[in-house]
Amino acid sequence: MHAPDGFLNVGTAVATAAVSAGAIGLSLRHSRQELSDRQIPLAGLTAAFVFAAQMVNFPVAGGTSGHLLGGLLAAVLLGPATGCLVVATVVLLQALVFADGGLTAIGYNVLNMAVVTSFGGYAVFLAFRRLLPRSASGVVMAGGLAGGASVVLSAMTFSLEWLFGATAPVPFDTVFGAMVGVHTLIGLGEGLITAVTLSAVLAVRPDLVAGAADLPRAALAERGHWSARGALWAAVLTVAVVAAAVSQLASSSPDGLERVAGDQGIEGSSDAPSTAAHSVFADYATRGIDNEQLSLALAGLTGAVLAGAVGTGVLASARRGRLAGGATT
Amino acid sequence: MSGGHRPPVAGGVATGAGPIQRLPAEVKVAAAVAFVLVVAVTPRGALAVLAVQGVAIMGVVALARLPLGFVARRLAVVAPFLVAAALTAVVAGGPRIDVGPLSLSEPGLRAGVAVAAKTLIGALTSIAVAGTTPIPDLLAGLGRLGLPRPLVTLAGFTLRYLDLVADGLTRRRRAMTARGYRPRRLTQAGPLAASLGTMFVHTYERGERVHAAMLSRGFTGAMPEITVHPRPRAAQWATAALLPMVAAAALAVAWAGPGLA
Repeated sequence: MHAPDGFLNVGTAVATAAVSAGAIGLSLRHSRQELSDRQIPLAGLTAAFVFAAQMVNFPVAGGTSGHLLGGLLAAVLLGPATGCLVVATVVLLQALVFADGGLTAIGYNVLNMAVVTSFGGYAVFLAFRRLLPRSASGVVMAGGLAGGASVVLSAMTFSLEWLFGATAPVPFDTVFGAMVGVHTLIGLGEGLITAVTLSAVLAVRPDLVAGAADLPRAALAERGHWSARGALWAAVLTVAVVAAAVSQLASSSPDGLERVAGDQGIEGSSDAPSTAAHSVFADYATRGIDNEQLSLALAGLTGAVLAGAVGTGVLASARRGRLAGGATT
Repeated sequence: MSGGHRPPVAGGVATGAGPIQRLPAEVKVAAAVAFVLVVAVTPRGALAVLAVQGVAIMGVVALARLPLGFVARRLAVVAPFLVAAALTAVVAGGPRIDVGPLSLSEPGLRAGVAVAAKTLIGALTSIAVAGTTPIPDLLAGLGRLGLPRPLVTLAGFTLRYLDLVADGLTRRRRAMTARGYRPRRLTQAGPLAASLGTMFVHTYERGERVHAAMLSRGFTGAMPEITVHPRPRAAQWATAALLPMVAAAALAVAWAGPGLA
């Protein structure tokens, strides 16, 4: 996920850097009160924790492994604005001190891994909080599901950036499919680890979880019985529903059309587009356009989902900041 | 991504004293960013230009006399992206060419080579900066380049406690392995995550203790600067500017000449 230099073109790098800088400025303003005094050492230690946690590999399937991104975890623990700053600091240090992620790639790396995971993921977290019971286990489940979703959102952001800043002729659909597919698997691990981590923190120090600050003591004590296996199945079910919805849009489908063409005996259509000037191949010719519209629709939908999620997260953070400010002064 | 991260090697950098080590941090960071930007705008067809830029940054790394093992360990981080760059040659569209038994996409191959080159140059640039600058200097330099003060302080705390936290996780992991915990499937990742949770609580409580200790010593929200940093001299800026200038000159020659399509 830590993209190196030159992975996307310079225009995209500059544009995403501007967006990221804006988001960080906003986060600084929201968390100024906290960061100016109490939380700087705490946020620093949390950043060290996220940095170290990213080094923990967990098995995904078939011998491959993934590692935690931690954006949503930081957002639920510290609030989205401070969480965004923490993960952005981690990404910055990884690029500058450990050559992990390019210097010119900082813009999109911060956007994908800090801004989208913390603000976008937090919006998903709030949505699940509404659906789930107001208790400690509700927070844990919402955190797990949003943790998984934050990784998928991050992969979607990268695909969208690829649409504008591709450095190789790989189409949007392919990148989107590959990125979202792989990161759905990684998201399962992220979700599971986020949930169990939150559960452990809630058991010992529920006051440290900003995402559960609205719960009364009694609700915090109410802890349902659930196992890693149960949580995993819930996550798999969610992923299956989302994947089914996305695949309806994503690939409804070139392959299907091709098969139709094959069934109707249009031989050679799949590897001779240059000779497709004649009426037999009229259907084939529209396939390209169809596909492009589909690709654009998919890109538009992705953009809308991302903008909506990040915007909701930012708004939630702003509201929270005002409330906190009002409460302390 | 798969592969994950190696434990950090925060110690053992910035050894020796050479011309690169003597440059102020902000000068080095600015030159590095300018250089990498020039590399990034180099068209992917201009392999000769990328080669010149690669030689330039290797020259800097050689001048800094960084240990080869250190450079190699840090470069290992970008290996997955070199694989990804190689894969673009397979999955990209466009005319195909046969290389041995493989049928590769020609534009994909060109893009892959360029992306791999830029990735390596970028990583070498970061290594050259990080390997020649003590971390407190690097952070102070970032502050003088305009990074907001809270972020500089935050980054300072992160780096100061990173080894400690990473060490704590390694100890936990080792203790679990010693007791027979070898996760193979995702459903077995629970104990690993639970140890992350307790690690977070311990880390946070350490943060609270650190903060209380700092308050008792008069902490006001920002770290005082201990060392006096003289403003970088013009000569130092000029020296550091050589690197991006060489890169830009190579690009300009290629643009002016007939070699670049």
